[in-house]
Amino acid sequence: MADYEIKKTLDYKGLACPMPIVKTSMEMPKIAVGDVVEILSTDPGSIADFPAWARTTGQAVLEVKQEPGLIRIYVKRQK
Amino acid sequence: MDFEKELLALKQQVADKPGPENKLTMIVFSGELDKHLAALIIATGAAAMGMKVVLFYTFWGTAALRSPKKKANGKNLIEKMFGIMLPRGNNKLILSKMHTLGAGTAMIKGLMKKKHIASLDEMYEMAGALGVQIYVCEMSMDLMGMKMEEMIDYPNMRSAGVATMLADAKESSVQFFI
Repeated sequence: MADYEIKKTLDYKGLACPMPIVKTSMEMPKIAVGDVVEILSTDPGSIADFPAWARTTGQAVLEVKQEPGLIRIYVKRQK
Repeated sequence: MDFEKELLALKQQVADKPGPENKLTMIVFSGELDKHLAALIIATGAAAMGMKVVLFYTFWGTAALRSPKKKANGKNLIEKMFGIMLPRGNNKLILSKMHTLGAGTAMIKGLMKKKHIASLDEMYEMAGALGVQIYVCEMSMDLMGMKMEEMIDYPNMRSAGVATMLADAKESSVQFFI
């Protein structure tokens, strides 16, 4: 189990590509460096897209959890 | 042959060369709904990836930026005719395939709504908020009698020529043509 505290949950259920990534990137400046946010998505593309987005923007995806009909992504703001 | 000297000279050349920026330049040439959707998804996605994004609208692409609410004055007869024949804004664009007298385009728009895929209007709003720069090709507008005053309200949009686009494209690490 994860040993981090979730500071905020961003609910992007129902949104399609590229909106979960676009909206998350717009939220990042509002999150303190070092904080972890949980992103809720129903877009299967998010599983591959969030790690790619994090790799490019220098953020960290700590975990991607798949539940039936829901994807939970945990992102830590690194910078 | 002094290889060490040559190697040093080459190293210096590489070091002096400025690398490409984390920037995407895209030419939006086509005038169809499907291609504009692709363009805006790539543009907003790239902006979310932290890239600077420049869109250069030219030829058939420019009509997608027309506002359905605005009109420009001072057009001659041919320019007026072009104005009538070209789509007045992104809501009037049709699919490049399977338009089928409007049924296909209507069906795709219905499906997009049902599957919560953002409309072009929503994506333009998002692109504006993300700082995506739009240039409208001056020559295309002049050729088809379009004016900046009939274009949508968008925060970072102005008319420009090919040199502006090429200067951006040269600095960009990614270039697309749609």
